[in-house]
This record gives sequence, structure tokens and C-alpha cells, in this order.
Amino acid sequence: MSMDSPILEMKSITKRFPGVKALDDVNLNVQQGEIHALIGENGAGKSTLMKVLSGVHAYGTYEGEIIFNRNLCEFKNINESEELGIVIIHQELALIPELSIAENIFLGNEQQKNGVINWSETLVKTIELLKKVGLKVNPEEKIKNIGVGQQQLVEIAKALSKDVRLLILDEPTAALNEEDSENLLNLLVELKEQGMTSILISHKLKELLKVSDSLTVLRDGQTIQTYHIRNQKITESIIIKDMVGRDLTNLYPERKKVIGNEVVFEVKDWSVYHPLDPNKQLLHNVNLKVKKGEIIGIAGLMGAGRTELAMSIFGKSYGKKISGELYKDGRKIKLNDVSEAIKHKIAYVSENRKDYGLVLIDSVRKNLTLSNLKKVSNKNILNMNDEIVEAESIKTKMNIKAPTIEQVTTHLSGGNQQKVVLGKWIFTDPDLLILDEPSRGIDVGAKFEIYKIINELAEQGKSIIMISSELPELLGMCDRIYTLCEGEITADVNIEEADQETLMTYMTQSWRS
Amino acid sequence: MEGIKQLLASNIRRFTMIIALIGIIILFQILTQGILLTPLNVTNIIMQNSYIIVLAIGMMLIIITGEIDLSVGSVAAFVGAVSGVLLVSWDLPVFLGIIICLAFGALIGAWQGYWVAYVNIPSFIVTLAGMLIFRGLTLVVLQGQTLAPFPDSFRSLSSAFIPDLFGNGELQLFTILIGLIFTVIYIVSEFSIRKKDIKYEFKTLSMPLLMLKLILFSVVINLFTYVLAQYEGLPYVLLLLVALVLGYTFIMNKTVLGRHIYAVGGNANAAKLSGVKTKRMKFLVFMNMGILAALSGMIFAGRLNAATPQAGNLFELDAIAAAVIGGASFTGGIGTIFGAVIGALVMGVLNNGMSLMGIGIDWQQAIKGLVLLAAVAFDVLNKNK
Repeated sequence: MSMDSPILEMKSITKRFPGVKALDDVNLNVQQGEIHALIGENGAGKSTLMKVLSGVHAYGTYEGEIIFNRNLCEFKNINESEELGIVIIHQELALIPELSIAENIFLGNEQQKNGVINWSETLVKTIELLKKVGLKVNPEEKIKNIGVGQQQLVEIAKALSKDVRLLILDEPTAALNEEDSENLLNLLVELKEQGMTSILISHKLKELLKVSDSLTVLRDGQTIQTYHIRNQKITESIIIKDMVGRDLTNLYPERKKVIGNEVVFEVKDWSVYHPLDPNKQLLHNVNLKVKKGEIIGIAGLMGAGRTELAMSIFGKSYGKKISGELYKDGRKIKLNDVSEAIKHKIAYVSENRKDYGLVLIDSVRKNLTLSNLKKVSNKNILNMNDEIVEAESIKTKMNIKAPTIEQVTTHLSGGNQQKVVLGKWIFTDPDLLILDEPSRGIDVGAKFEIYKIINELAEQGKSIIMISSELPELLGMCDRIYTLCEGEITADVNIEEADQETLMTYMTQSWRS
Repeated sequence: MEGIKQLLASNIRRFTMIIALIGIIILFQILTQGILLTPLNVTNIIMQNSYIIVLAIGMMLIIITGEIDLSVGSVAAFVGAVSGVLLVSWDLPVFLGIIICLAFGALIGAWQGYWVAYVNIPSFIVTLAGMLIFRGLTLVVLQGQTLAPFPDSFRSLSSAFIPDLFGNGELQLFTILIGLIFTVIYIVSEFSIRKKDIKYEFKTLSMPLLMLKLILFSVVINLFTYVLAQYEGLPYVLLLLVALVLGYTFIMNKTVLGRHIYAVGGNANAAKLSGVKTKRMKFLVFMNMGILAALSGMIFAGRLNAATPQAGNLFELDAIAAAVIGGASFTGGIGTIFGAVIGALVMGVLNNGMSLMGIGIDWQQAIKGLVLLAAVAFDVLNKNK
């Protein structure tokens, strides 16, 4: 493995959009056969840089030059870069759920003669590719029937089918649990040993440090630093400092703990069945409670039933044959739909803010007030002026970065979108907030702000249930952590006794199997 | 200047629609050598399109929630037929007959809304079925016959004019007076909004701009009533349309219900998790469409002075076209009542203008189709820029 021959050189790339310089004199050197990490806050320019590289932003719309394999490249579209073997796997997977794995892998690249597909050749090649990525499933299985982790592997297999020379992965592990992430990263290392070069974009510093050979930090459209991890001793805090341009000594802000004695919310013997398969029980007699001012965590691998638990509690928004009891302030309550949950001062921030949190075509203002229009109306008639005042105040308080409250939420960054969703629920003045992956897919700076807001809520005496697949986040924020495994609570761990190993043990320890 | 620019930028969509309508009006005014805007013809345009505008308002709501209703033409025909039986064959009092017909409409809307909202059958299928069902039932009710004539009071809704209280014959002064009253109400409401905005310390239009706006609207309103006054005055159906437009605009913009309807269309999942009763909203919107289709059917029957089996043919397509030209998006969540009216008027003026020019029904169809495609294409291309 020769480390001194660059496969890719991007020199002095500058890309302007109307009103902003998205990239400002960016340089990126990727060596043959390495894993090169690209890191930076949302809006730092990572995606723009990759779009320039792949030809989405055509040659001529940017300044600077791209040298790939010692050739000067002038890509006019994405097909031209793919022809040279530059393949991007996007965060949102581009697979078609109703087609099989094999059909997806060879979509647009069909094994055909005169327009007639040779299915046996397709299958043989698919099996070979699946073997390479370590996926043991039937190649004729439909994409919708396999997990997200496996889908990610199919995407990689698809890339391999195209004779890829430079593989770019945009947040490949964002939607994966720890086990699947581990698998994926191991595969990347394996492919590297076979000579593959890849660029890895991620927010997860730990995994980047583990697998990559070099690491380039972008901030505000500029290259800050490129590290050669194998030769230098690099720590997370050095990188974070580069990313945010300041010292972030503590990833998790301090909180004055004022935990009351009274139990605000309690779940007893909660059982839920799959909405489409009434014989499949997803949650088994779950019991949990949360006190005033307390932040409890729910840790579990993907498929453990975390989101199902939260949504079934929140006005039976998920599942069938739901049984069990809910207690709020000691009184038994029934929540048959979301509006009843809101009435009982319970809020749920979904893990999927684009599909379940926001009306993306609507403004910040309309999103903020949607769950509690009562507060800005009189006899069901809206008082727009009150609404504007309230929305402005939330925007300021939560530091939502949008030009005005009339800004459509599609155009906001992930972190600001998350603040809008959170703000919307704070506007309902809840006693209990269930936060499902509140920091997923947002950058370090915005994460810190979200954590601060969560802490403030707890200090005001609100109770919080936090669901996360990132254990350090739970360890940094919570007072108590429940572990969930295959639909069952396997432990209730105080923060003093909790560490990653303990939690992981409980998360993988099912009583039933 | 800055103010005008901002105003234009934030309302570009609305302005392009209005400009398109004005453009079409000017075009046909020239092509028909001035016949288009004669008092008689302006009155005609309103009356000919009243039932489509009523449908377009309901259709706009349906499309905002992300659904479609193909059955409105058949439902209008069916309710028209029922009104024929009630008022012509059975001689029921007109008021009672109208109430029963509206109830029929509500029932039909509820029937379709039930399948769409609570059973989750795509609205395309449910209303395609409804299109066949109610066309068939129309034939059953009328037994293939035409029922006529309707009582005069029933017809007045669609073809009578408000009486001229001052009666000088030449000019309908009462119509002009109503125009003036409307102008005053409009100016007063603009100023009260301004006062509130200032109280809340919001940005307001600069005084000269506001004046320009007030003068422009006042001139348009009064010019319009002046033209109408030269013929028979204000038709009742126009008052009904104004009431519907103002009422539905208020509901969609200023009430919790309206906000919830937009949210369902914008993102049903997020709306549901925000406490919006998404199923109930869809159900209500379909029920509302049923009532408006019934109203439209009665207006049409009254105008024709007959309940016929062929009534309401292709109304659904005119209503959908009006909503789409008026800015509705088939992905849901986008559209305004005002837009639906403008869209219906674009189609209406096209129809009327081409008829005046003596263009055959064959070419009229083809040209309307092209205009529909062009309107949407313009919008899509504009968005992709």
C-alpha cells in the first residue's frame, strides 16, 4: 500500500451560491488505498464539496481543479464521474423497496442483451457481490423486507458492481445501531485492504478515528486541517475544537439536578403487538417511571422496541392490542389519541423529524404552533398577531437560525429543524417530554445547544424520557437508564453505576431467549 | 420602491395568476371587439361559471388535503335530479326542498369521506366509483326523463337579480350602492388590521402603498358593480359566491380547522403526531364537498330550469382544472380559495371568449387542455429554477 500517491486532488475549490460562498479555497488530497474521513458541522460544506466532486455541480460552476487518477476532470454531470469510478452512497438510501436485492444492485446497469435481461447472470453476480460485503440473505428478497443495516450493505454491493475506484459514503452509520455500524466499518477496512479508496463523511468522531487513515476538517466552507491519523496522535477534543473553532471542553453541558420525589409518569405492564402482524408481540410488560425533573434514558439496539414503546404510549400512535396502564401524577389515565396525550401534558419528539416532526412545506411559525393552536386562538379562531409574537419569542429563546419565522422549514439545517420540533412541543407546555433520538444527524454545535435546552427543561421541573442509540449521549445526559432488549426492560441502571459495557450487556441480554 | 418589490416577491404566485387572468381578459376583449366586457356578457360569465366556482372551492379543499374527487359532476346531477323530483313532481315548498337536497349532498359526501378517511381506500377509486354510482342513480331517479319547470323562487338563486329599490330604470342604483358599501367595509377593515399591526409593533405597509392598494381595490370593485348596474344589476348568485369565498377564506386562514386541513395535506404523519385528527379532517372535507356539489347541482338545475340526466357532465374536470390553475398542488398542503376562483374564471373567460368568437366546441376543448398543461408547466418550471 503506497501512501504517497494521491488518487484524488481537489485544489483551491471555491463554490459560490447567490449570496454565500459555500466553499472557499478548499483543498482535499486523498491517497490511493486509504479511508479518508471528512468531518465538519452541518453547513461546513462537506456535501457541497462532494457534489462538486461527483459533477452534481457541473464543471464551470465552481473555481479550482479536480485531479483524479492524474487526469484533470471536468465533470458535467454525475454520469461522467461514475464512469471513472467515483460512486457516492447518500445518507438517504436510493433503493427501491418493492424490488429485489438483485434488481436493485443492477438497476440502470442491467445484465442484458438487446434489452432482454439475463436473470441467471444477474443472480450469480449478485451472490458474488453479497458475499463480498458479507451479507447472507436471499438475493431475490425484496429491499423492504431487510433491515436498514443490510440495505446499507446492498448499496455498497451496488457500488462494487460498478467497478468503483473511489467510494464516498455520506453518513453511512447515522441510521444504524452499534452492531450494524461495526459491521459496516469492518467491511470498509476489509475493502481497503483489497485496495479500495474511500471517503467517509460522518458526525461520529469515535468511529472515524477508529477506521480512517487521514482526516480532513472543514469549517464554514474552508479546509481547517488534514491529519494523518496513523502518524499523529489525534484526540476527539482536538477535532471538535477544529470543527467548532472553539474549545468544547465538555460535550454535555452541566445541569443543576433538582429531582423531586413524586413520580410524574409511570408505565405499568405495557404490552404492544405489531400493527400488521397481530401475533407478533413487540413489547412485553414494560414497566418504567420518571420523577419530576428527572431525565431517564432508554437504551436499546435497533429493533428492541424503543420507538414502538414511545409511540404506543403517545396516544396509541403505533401498534395493535395495546394493554397496560399509564399513570400521570399518580392518577390512572387513558390516551386514545395524540390530542388526549397533549391534554395530559405529554409531548413526543419523533426520531424522524422530516417525516413525523415537521410539515416541511410550512413556515417556522406554522410548525411551532401546530400542536397548541388553542393557545393562540379564541373559540377556534386564530389570533395571527398573538401567533407571530409567540413564534418570534420561541425562535429567539431557542436560537433558531432562520431569517424570519416565515421561512419554510425545508430550507433549515438539521439542527435548526430539530429546534423547531422541540420548540413546537415546548409550546404545548408539557410536564413530560419523550425525546426520540433528539440529536440524530445534527452537528456538534447544535447538539450542545439541544442538550442545553433539555437540561433547562429538566431544571424547570419537567420530566424527560430520552431514547438514543448513542450510549455516550445517554451516559452524559441521564439520571437513570433503562435498557430495552427485544421488547423487554432488562435493567434499570443508576447513572453512577452505568458505563457502556454494563449497558451493552443488558441491551443484548434477553430473558426470553 | 423597496416595499413594492418585497410585496411582489412574497406574493409572486398570486400576482402571476391575476396577471394571467387580466391578460386573457384583454386578449379576448380585443379579439371579440369589445363584446367580452359588455354588461350583458359580464353578467353571463358570472352566471355561467357560478356552479363551477362553487365546485372549485370544495375541490380546492380536497386537493389541499392531498386527495381528489372525481364524482362531483355526478353528485351535482344526482342532487339536481332529486330537487326536480321534490319540487317539480312532489311540489314541496322550495325552502324545504333545498334543505333536503343539501342534506343529501352531506350524506353523499359523508359516504365517500368514510371510505377515504376511515377505510383508507384511495380517493381516486372511491370517487371513481361514486362517479358511476351517482350518474347511475341520476338516471334511476329521473327514469331517463327531464323534469321541468322549477318554481320561480327556486330559479331565482341562479338566474334572478336583486331588485332595484330606487327604480329609475336606466342604471341599477342599488347595485352601485352595494358596491360602495362594500368598498367602505373593505377600507375600514384594512385600517383596523393596520391599527392592530401597529399595536403589536409589526411592520406595516407604508402609507402611500396602502393608499395605492385601497384606491386600486376600490376602483376595481366599483367599476365592476357599475358594469353590472348597466344591465340588470347584481345577480343573487354573485352574492352567494362572495359569501362563500369570504367564508371559506376565513376558515382556511383564520381558524384552527383551516390550519389543521393544511397540515394534513402538508404532512399527514407529522400532523397526526401533533394532535391533528387527520381522519376526521379528511372526512369533513369530503362531506363539505358533497354539500357544495349539491349546491352546485341546484344552481345548475335552476339555471337550466330543468333536471336532466346529462347535467353535470365533466364538471369534475372543470373543477379540478380550476383548482390546479389556481395554484393547488397535487402533493397536498398548498392552495387558496382565492386561487380556485381565479382558476375557474380563467377557464370561464376562455370558454366565453372562444364561444363569442365562434370557435367550435372541438377546438375549445383542445385549447383549454393546452392552457391547463401550460399553467402547471409554468409553475413547475418556475419552482425548479
